Amino acid sequence: MNWVNITLQGILLGGLYALFAVGLALVFGVMRMVNLAHGDLGILAAFIALALVQSAHFGLLWASLLTIALMFGIGYVLQRGLLNFTLGTDDTRPIVVTFGLSIIIQNGLLLGFTADSRGLDAGAVETASIHISNQLAIGWYPLLVFIAAVAIITAVQLFLNRTKLGRAFRATSDDREAAELMGIDNRHIYALAMAVALVTVAIGGIALAIRTTFDPTTGPFNLLFAFEAVIMGGMGSIWGTLMGGIVLGVAQVLGAQVFGAGWGILCGHAVFLLVLALRPSGFFARTVTT
Amino acid sequence: MSLLELQDVSVFYGDFQALFSISLTVEEGQTFAVIGANGAGKSTMLKTVAGVLRPRSGRVLFEGEPVDQVSAHKRVSMGISMVPEGRRVFPSLTVEENLHIGAYGGRKGDWNLESVYELFPLLEPLSKRQSASLSGGEQQALAIGRALMSNPHLVLLDEVSLGLAPVVIKRIYEAMVELAVRGTTILVVEQDVQHVLTVADRVACFLEGRISLLGRPGELSSDDISAAYFGM
Amino acid sequence: MSASSSLDAGDRVAAGRGPSIPAFRVARSKRMHLYVLIVCVIIVAVLASVPLWSQVGTSRTLVTLFGLVALAQMWNLLGGFAGLISVGQQAYIGIGAYGLWLLADEFHLHPFVAVIGAAALAALVALPIAPLLFRLRGGYFAIGTWVFAEITRIVVSNIQATGGGSGITIISAARIPFETRIPGTYWVGLTVAVGSVLIVYFLLRSKIGLGLTAIRDNDLAAQSSGVNVFRSKLIVYVIAAFGCGAMGAVVALNLLFIQPSASFDITWTAFAIFIVVIGGFGSIEGPLIGAVIFFALQQTLSQHGQTYMLLLGAIAVVMATVAPRGIWGLVVARWDLHLFPVRRGLVMQSPPERAEPASAGEADAAADASSRKEVAP
Repeated sequence: MNWVNITLQGILLGGLYALFAVGLALVFGVMRMVNLAHGDLGILAAFIALALVQSAHFGLLWASLLTIALMFGIGYVLQRGLLNFTLGTDDTRPIVVTFGLSIIIQNGLLLGFTADSRGLDAGAVETASIHISNQLAIGWYPLLVFIAAVAIITAVQLFLNRTKLGRAFRATSDDREAAELMGIDNRHIYALAMAVALVTVAIGGIALAIRTTFDPTTGPFNLLFAFEAVIMGGMGSIWGTLMGGIVLGVAQVLGAQVFGAGWGILCGHAVFLLVLALRPSGFFARTVTT
Repeated sequence: MSLLELQDVSVFYGDFQALFSISLTVEEGQTFAVIGANGAGKSTMLKTVAGVLRPRSGRVLFEGEPVDQVSAHKRVSMGISMVPEGRRVFPSLTVEENLHIGAYGGRKGDWNLESVYELFPLLEPLSKRQSASLSGGEQQALAIGRALMSNPHLVLLDEVSLGLAPVVIKRIYEAMVELAVRGTTILVVEQDVQHVLTVADRVACFLEGRISLLGRPGELSSDDISAAYFGM
Repeated sequence: MSASSSLDAGDRVAAGRGPSIPAFRVARSKRMHLYVLIVCVIIVAVLASVPLWSQVGTSRTLVTLFGLVALAQMWNLLGGFAGLISVGQQAYIGIGAYGLWLLADEFHLHPFVAVIGAAALAALVALPIAPLLFRLRGGYFAIGTWVFAEITRIVVSNIQATGGGSGITIISAARIPFETRIPGTYWVGLTVAVGSVLIVYFLLRSKIGLGLTAIRDNDLAAQSSGVNVFRSKLIVYVIAAFGCGAMGAVVALNLLFIQPSASFDITWTAFAIFIVVIGGFGSIEGPLIGAVIFFALQQTLSQHGQTYMLLLGAIAVVMATVAPRGIWGLVVARWDLHLFPVRRGLVMQSPPERAEPASAGEADAAADASSRKEVAP
């Protein structure tokens, strides 16, 4: 039993979770909305990619790119056409509506694709590994996903800090009404934020689909993991989601190793509760929640 | 054609009527002051001009065009810019970023980072600081500079001297005079009557949602103003 | 004492000298509420008699309705009244179901009695969990409840003694003779449903209930008004857990076989949300109406599986966006009708200078007729 190897696996798994978490954190940061359909939207992306590969015979790369572009559009329309109308002083409506959306997506996918488990095939890269030493080996694929996560998080952070639009995101997040007075159209900003979030979750969904099997009901699991990563990482911090994802990944992998396969996820949940109890604002919280 | 015209504007907050058929005109290049007690409807009127509120009846004309149904963010590109009550700088953005955001929806013109720093030299050394850490006076200067970055035709100032030290208020009013000299049209709402009357070309006094007095500061006695302010 | 006087007279403010506040008293009930009470008693009596004259299938089916009523009341208590949107009540439904098995099969309590024990178990579990969850807000609180539900599901699935993932039969209940078990389960179910409505009703009439409205609207402001926010939320959360635990036990009793994937199923939350969204948030009448509508839909359409759920989701999304207060909300907006007297009204009394009423009854009638300003829950 090689602890270093296992921990490394957990860290790399954290990259995948961070991919799911970034979008959730971004949307919450910009419009204070928690999208309960977030995980399902990631799985939707996986199914779209699958359909493109299987029915339209696209190569995986092109299918992925097309899916990501589609999800951008879906995100924009979803926010502008529906979710913007649920926002206001009342917390409850977005929760109920996005939960309803989750039900709709899951059941729509069940109708369209049945409950069978699926996978996306990426070929040899899925199982190839790098042998660092005699006892240390990491899979190429998990490493790629981790690097992608770091790249995406860096891109999002740079976008927020260095671009005009990113600045508008931050201003809207600070003070929606004052942002309007600057000529910033909230409805458009919110829609863009959701679009970007769905791009990241689409990448996450496709990454997941390659790594493991998925089915229409897989969505909520990813929502819970994304949520745990966001909370542990600290709300208001994009980089925090990577940290939170890593903690979660390591907890799950170590838990599975120590207690048995069925207990890994539970271990992750337990660590989450522990962090919530001991350090509720997460590791990197920038703002104290009010 | 006046730059801004309100024609019989009535504004409601739910069932509560805040403005009763308000009519007033602001000419190009004027500094127009609106005074009145708390709750008189001054800020409501300003917010209606900015587009944050919509009138239930009446019209708002800007450069001759009706704008009462135009959303707030679009009015910025038309040339209306507001410095909101309470400053409302973006706390997580730096001073410089706040100023850049001011230019987001705006137009081409003379106002840019340099000219704003010229108007408010105190801001330049603070340019990389997070605006949340600024003092009240610094934030007010920033809020005004930010509004100017959109190169507005009409600047709306909502209670800019509230909660500030006299020294700071003086500086702000000096800036207002400089703006007036440049030909900027200013519509300023204030509770501090003394100061604002020294810079205003015209003044209107609001009382419980109606205009109780309208005229030039030079032509109005302080008794007239007190009477109009307190409704006696 | 006339029929229109309040059940809780509250304070009387006497008209003083000079320009004064008109005298008022805080009143809660009207004559209409008495009629509603009578009708409710009749309905419950009729329902209670059902096992005596109807088929077995009817009894068993109605128990699911009772379960839905209880679930909806509890979910609405949390979400509609206290502003705590939970998508994890299935945790307590499952604890109720497995609690029933534990107490009935392992500890040999009579299954009907074990229902209360199972509910108490659920409440006991809720007690330490609530403070943790309360560190989260809004949507994150919701997901937190979901995480906890998942934890309970995984734990139970992994314990072999409870039958693990395959589930287990509640043998002691199955052993009760048919003729006793069916009506008995039915009456327990009816009691749980009626009890859930009563609990919510009395809670809302209490001091805590008044605080809840403030909390739901703005809990920071409520805190500074002296409302003990944490305690109120905790009480509500624990009561909701109790109610859901009772409901889970009843459902288990009705089905006799329990399974983690069913008892801890998120679908329960979906049902609760649908019922409350359709029927109406923040009222007692709303979830009742919603439960009946949902029950009717379920009986007719549920064999269509996914299409049915998809439709439910779509309706919930539309209703939540367009008519957030549900069907009952529309009724209230249109006719200002309130069947359950939980709201507090200010009844303005005529000032003494007006014409003297001929009798006490007339004075109350005059007071009734004058403007009532009601405090909305």
